[in-house]
Amino acid sequence: MVLWCPDWPITAALREHLLPAEHPVALIEKGEVFACSPAAREQGVKRGLRLREAQARCTSLTVLPYDPAQDARSFEPVLAAVEKIMPGVQLIRPGLCALHAKGPARYYGSEDHAAAVLLKALAAIGLTAARVGIADSPFAAEHAARSTEFLDEPERDSVWIIPPGESSAFLSSFPLEVLEEPALAVVLRRLGIRTLGDFAALTRADVRNRFGAEGALAHLKASGLDHHSVVERKPPAELDVVVHCEPPLARIDELTFTLRLSAEKFVDRLREAGLVCTVLSVRLQSESGEESVRSWRHPRWFDADDVLDRVRWQLQGSGNVEHGLRAGISRVQLAPETVEDLSDHADGLWGTGPDENIHHGLARVQSMLGHGAVLTAMVAGGRMLTDRRVFIPWGDPPSEAAAKSRELPWPGQLPGPAPATVFDHPRPVQVLDSAGVSVDVDERGLLTGVPTLLVAEPPRQSAIASWAGPWPIVERWWDSKGRALNRFQVVDESGRAWLLLLEDHHWWAEASYD
Amino acid sequence: MQKSRPSSRRLPTVPVLAGILPGGGLQAGAAYSVTNSTTLAMALLAGPSAAGAWCSVIGMPTFSVEAAAGFGIALDKLVLVPHPGDQWLTVTAAMVDVVSIVLTSAPQHVAPADASRLMARLRQRGAALVTMGRWPHSEATLSVTGSNWQGLGSGTGHLRSRRMRITAHASTGRSRTADLWLPDLQHGPWSTSVPAVHAGTEQQEFFSRSAS
Repeated sequence: MVLWCPDWPITAALREHLLPAEHPVALIEKGEVFACSPAAREQGVKRGLRLREAQARCTSLTVLPYDPAQDARSFEPVLAAVEKIMPGVQLIRPGLCALHAKGPARYYGSEDHAAAVLLKALAAIGLTAARVGIADSPFAAEHAARSTEFLDEPERDSVWIIPPGESSAFLSSFPLEVLEEPALAVVLRRLGIRTLGDFAALTRADVRNRFGAEGALAHLKASGLDHHSVVERKPPAELDVVVHCEPPLARIDELTFTLRLSAEKFVDRLREAGLVCTVLSVRLQSESGEESVRSWRHPRWFDADDVLDRVRWQLQGSGNVEHGLRAGISRVQLAPETVEDLSDHADGLWGTGPDENIHHGLARVQSMLGHGAVLTAMVAGGRMLTDRRVFIPWGDPPSEAAAKSRELPWPGQLPGPAPATVFDHPRPVQVLDSAGVSVDVDERGLLTGVPTLLVAEPPRQSAIASWAGPWPIVERWWDSKGRALNRFQVVDESGRAWLLLLEDHHWWAEASYD
Repeated sequence: MQKSRPSSRRLPTVPVLAGILPGGGLQAGAAYSVTNSTTLAMALLAGPSAAGAWCSVIGMPTFSVEAAAGFGIALDKLVLVPHPGDQWLTVTAAMVDVVSIVLTSAPQHVAPADASRLMARLRQRGAALVTMGRWPHSEATLSVTGSNWQGLGSGTGHLRSRRMRITAHASTGRSRTADLWLPDLQHGPWSTSVPAVHAGTEQQEFFSRSAS
């Protein structure tokens, strides 16, 4: 028995983004339409179309990026619903799952009735378009499920049951493309074989000799004899912890106090399963329906105190984390996103090395100041000095984008030794020529005067001993956020060197070589 | 109260600075202050960091990690707390517990009792403290008293190298001077052995060393 949910990527996207079912939606992968909703299909959008073309055909189209993880994630509740009434489900891919028909058919009286029960259970979770096919082999059953749209009795459930032994007859009229073996299909067509029935009529030994193991497998599929057994999925253990707060709690200390026992239970339950959690997802819901979800990484693994810290940081909204919750918290869900085997993280006989102290010490500082207050740094690529440093909160993984951008050529980047002090926000300064007029650069990139005087710290003026520039930097000229500026290096009479910027006739100190 | 001496254990130090610091190098459990140069502070950190020690920079949002990496400070063992806010003392004390050398920009006013407690912690943990600006218990105060850049003309070239004259005023009243040639900092790791100490308070010829 195979359960098929047509257009699963679209269903998943609609559910994830809470869009109405009749809304035209297209999922885009590599600039082409990967899947589209029926409403979009009616207006001429189809798979493989370029994004621009699709938008031209259907102007109200909502375009979303295709995310395979989202498909799998949103199929999980469907599997859980099926498992509730029929055990032993095999996930073939998101949107398609197989299960043994024998058990449910006996329990519910007949195959027909079992399929009806299954569809009813899915309708209860809001999935009305599901189809069921029952046949001797999963391949035949899948195509039976796909063929239900040709059923001419609309009032009946979308179920197609192929009686035992008739699978190969059912498949015989299908074209070779359904095998999804393009190379094999080309050869077979040249041999005059056009349908699965023709292919299945060949002797199995001949097919194996000529086309090898893959060909033999395709032959089994075409004959309706492919792997009879459904590999049953074992339902994953329930590791999430959900805490309902009644009445909702507005104060962080109250909440962490309430959560303490649950956090310990969460860690203990993982430990009983022989696991430790390295990535934790915390979902906070407030009384007024707002929600804050964030995943937290840990350099080692979470214990109960760490879990509480993360909940607190998420609420405090420290650093760049914004929770945006204004009402009291009514529900907290702790879910392990990544778990690893406990034995990989066990303490060594002689301790786990000196870095363990560092983790504990820095975790203490983080719990004082917040997650984003303790940082490690990386040098990234870029022209402006503030772009070239990337701060990563302690415990988060290093940014791959930053490491990659460093490899790129950056014409206009600063030569020579790097300045020791880089201002977060450039400081206003003044550069004057011998007549006391502010120096500027004209539209041809030439200086209007020779820089002679630098006013860096306002009351004090210092003469410029040597200087170089202007070095023009034009960033993202095609973009309204782009910048065009000139950079100068200046050494004043005291021997202090400055890196100055001239943007829009104003002078700024970007950095200082102190 | 008798002032307890820092332990005689020395942290690896850049040779030029080891020559002018009292005791022949950065001492575990001691505090040093740097008055006017972040580069000099980085040079102090470079020695321990190149030998694999963890370093921490507290309260210095303008600290350039790119320059630090250029001096051989290992960024994967550098921890930054740019904005400790009013918890400066607690954060610094917590850092002293776990890292070998802490660079910090101390607040203007630190209560003498707090400073003494921090120093006691430093000695107990064997870490070194480098502060930007004055610090009441510092073993030595380092400052840049002369700086000369090369490579820049008037409208031409770009900054290539720098020679700094560094003066260290020890708490005992002695002061020593050395010239630091910036490209020299790109070598390491620094050994704990003490090179021949440059002549005490006598003045050396400024910029006398060859540019090798």
